[in-house]
Amino acid sequence: MTQGDAATDPSMTDHMRDGQMVTADGTPLKASLKRAERRRKIIALLFVAPLLVFLMISFIIPIGQMMFRSVDNPQITSTLPRTLEAMEAWDGQGLPDEPVYAALAADLTIAQENRTVGQLAVRLNYEISAARGALTRTARQVSNMEAPYKEKFLDAHRLWGNPEIFQIIKREGRPLTASYYVSALDRTYDADGNIVLQNENRRIYVDLYIRTLLMSLGITFLTLLLGFPISFLMSSLPMRYANLLMIFVLLPFWTSLLVRTTAWIVLLQQQGVINELLVWAGFISSDNRLGMIHNMTGTIIAMTHILLPFMVLPLYSVMKTIPPSYVRAARSLGANPWVAFWRVYVPQTLPGIGAGAVLVFIISIGYYITPALVGGQSGQMISNLIAYHMQTSLNWGLAAALGTILLVGVLVLYWVYNKLVGADIKLG
Amino acid sequence: MDNGNPSEAFVAFERVQKSYDGEELVVKDLNLAIGKGEFLTMLGPSGSGKTTCLMMLAGFETATYGDILLDGNAINNIPPHKRGIGMVFQNYALFPHMTIGENLAFPLEVRGMGKSEREEKVKRALAMVQMESFAGRRPAQLSGGQQQRVALARALVFEPELVLMDEPLGALDKNLRERMQYEIKHLHDQLGITVVYVTHDQTEALTMSDRIAVFDDGRIQQLAPPADLYERPENAFVAQFIGENNKLMGKVDSVDGESAMVRLDDGSLVKSLRVCVNEPGEETTLSLRPERVLVADDGKDYDNTFEAVVEELIYLGDHIRSRVNVCGNRDFIMKVPNSSDHHSMAVGQKVRVGWSMQDCRALDAS
Repeated sequence: MTQGDAATDPSMTDHMRDGQMVTADGTPLKASLKRAERRRKIIALLFVAPLLVFLMISFIIPIGQMMFRSVDNPQITSTLPRTLEAMEAWDGQGLPDEPVYAALAADLTIAQENRTVGQLAVRLNYEISAARGALTRTARQVSNMEAPYKEKFLDAHRLWGNPEIFQIIKREGRPLTASYYVSALDRTYDADGNIVLQNENRRIYVDLYIRTLLMSLGITFLTLLLGFPISFLMSSLPMRYANLLMIFVLLPFWTSLLVRTTAWIVLLQQQGVINELLVWAGFISSDNRLGMIHNMTGTIIAMTHILLPFMVLPLYSVMKTIPPSYVRAARSLGANPWVAFWRVYVPQTLPGIGAGAVLVFIISIGYYITPALVGGQSGQMISNLIAYHMQTSLNWGLAAALGTILLVGVLVLYWVYNKLVGADIKLG
Repeated sequence: MDNGNPSEAFVAFERVQKSYDGEELVVKDLNLAIGKGEFLTMLGPSGSGKTTCLMMLAGFETATYGDILLDGNAINNIPPHKRGIGMVFQNYALFPHMTIGENLAFPLEVRGMGKSEREEKVKRALAMVQMESFAGRRPAQLSGGQQQRVALARALVFEPELVLMDEPLGALDKNLRERMQYEIKHLHDQLGITVVYVTHDQTEALTMSDRIAVFDDGRIQQLAPPADLYERPENAFVAQFIGENNKLMGKVDSVDGESAMVRLDDGSLVKSLRVCVNEPGEETTLSLRPERVLVADDGKDYDNTFEAVVEELIYLGDHIRSRVNVCGNRDFIMKVPNSSDHHSMAVGQKVRVGWSMQDCRALDAS
């Protein structure tokens, strides 16, 4: 609207100037509104600030560090700078020449004095298994070596006669590496430096990711199967019965995870309650006791039980808000009970199903303690291997890479879910 | 039409009782016959059993005792989806995950109707409530009044002969409610359907119904056309519930034919119409509509005239609502028409008021 229009329309003249809404004193309305809102925004920010700081320190920074560790690669560049420089002239074919060995000797001498050989040996050992022995032994002898170094090195350990070790040093002699991700995806480098599949007997992680994914999906499906009727019953019962049922659902929630898992061991083991009952009842013979624990079955049973509340709670809270009149309306319109349930009731529970499924799936895909206790060999999940690399093999880089892949995988799945299910159904 | 003859009735409740907990009856011995094409309203305060009756008719509650007949056949054991009764719910119950068109097509679809026929009927039903252009929208995108129309169309689209409405206008604002009352009434006249309507709003009941069943305490207190209900209430509850009412408590002094002399608590004697009283000495409630009380200075002869003191005047335009003290009753309301000769009343002023015997009904004591 132009000034001319505003002048002809008396109701507008007070609030319009140059086509903009203004307040009584002539400041633009938008600016005035912004000023008025700013104070509220600052107060709101102050309220969430402690939590924000806490999250930054305890969550975002550690995760960032963990993710960085999966590509961080300082050991070779910091301990073997001269070797790397000398190797620039090497064409990567056959053994390098004397200058490289001389530089290596100089680097190792310093590393031995600084006690950094251990780190280097561990790092190179991830790439080739004899590296730790070769480096520690050679480093002890290197102070007594004299030129020409190549022969001395070849005497000290056979690995120094293998061009592969030099290829590895050259490839990994950079501050960032992809090698943890390469191993996390069951790949390896061949002699020409191409990424190829591992030998069949050394492939672990991809299968484990797939198994983790399938188990999580299975557990999600089972919790939905068990949780839907319970939630439906609770939402249709009078309050006091519903509360009683709710306590039964929540009771496991309030019990220690270890106690619950152990209880499942007591129930499911070979000499456990269920097997004894089945043998006693004559359904199975004593030699054919069912193996229900320390395998995938055990993990799925125990985890379904543990995660059931995460499905029931969102389902119940959604179902509670669906008035009975919808199903009644469907019935009065001529739908039989099944059609009314399937076409009118179930679609309205979808937000609850979605929220519960995402919750259970995301929790179970990274679950650690239950598979560790009752999973045996076949019930292990990816998190158990991550824990193994964190605690036992101490290959934190690989653990970080495995964890990062898991995190990215979950985010991608959530994104796909969001795309499929649509904007109106999210986390409840 | 009285309670009607059940054998001719389209819908009949025969000695129906309902209890939820086995200890208390929510509906006590209900007998009701509804004729074909009738608009019958069940009116009553909350907890009076009217909605329970509707739910029993729809099939969502089972009668504890007695029969419910539809077109002569007992329907107690027929599930709701086979009764073919249309129903409009209080919250509309439009399926939120379907469009308006899908909502309307739903009853046709579950009846196995073909797509083209379905579309035709949906279109016609929407046109009936002037909502043709909304078929593609979701219920949440509609206003309350629009949702109400759609709910109505959905209950009618499969052409049921009987439509039940459970306080369908309860959530609308006053203006919209009034407009919808007329629309529902017109649809009823147009389509010739039988409507059973539940409400606690007496104006709504009076506007729309052929007959009104006033519910209280699980029983029908009175079943009558709107005018009868207002002018000739049969008991104190109906008199009090429908319209505004002056209540005077007293004891019957003498009975003579259709009139009864009633001695009020302050000693004054009122000549009234005998409705529920039989003998002298009985406790009674006199019911008197405020607009039937007149200022008795026009020289006319009244059956009853009393001295009254004006306590309060409220100017309402077409009439002046006056609270007066008469016969020791300080909450006595009279509506004085706003004509040129009456506007001189003032608070504290003494006036003579009068009413006829026909307008003063001696009802039960409660």
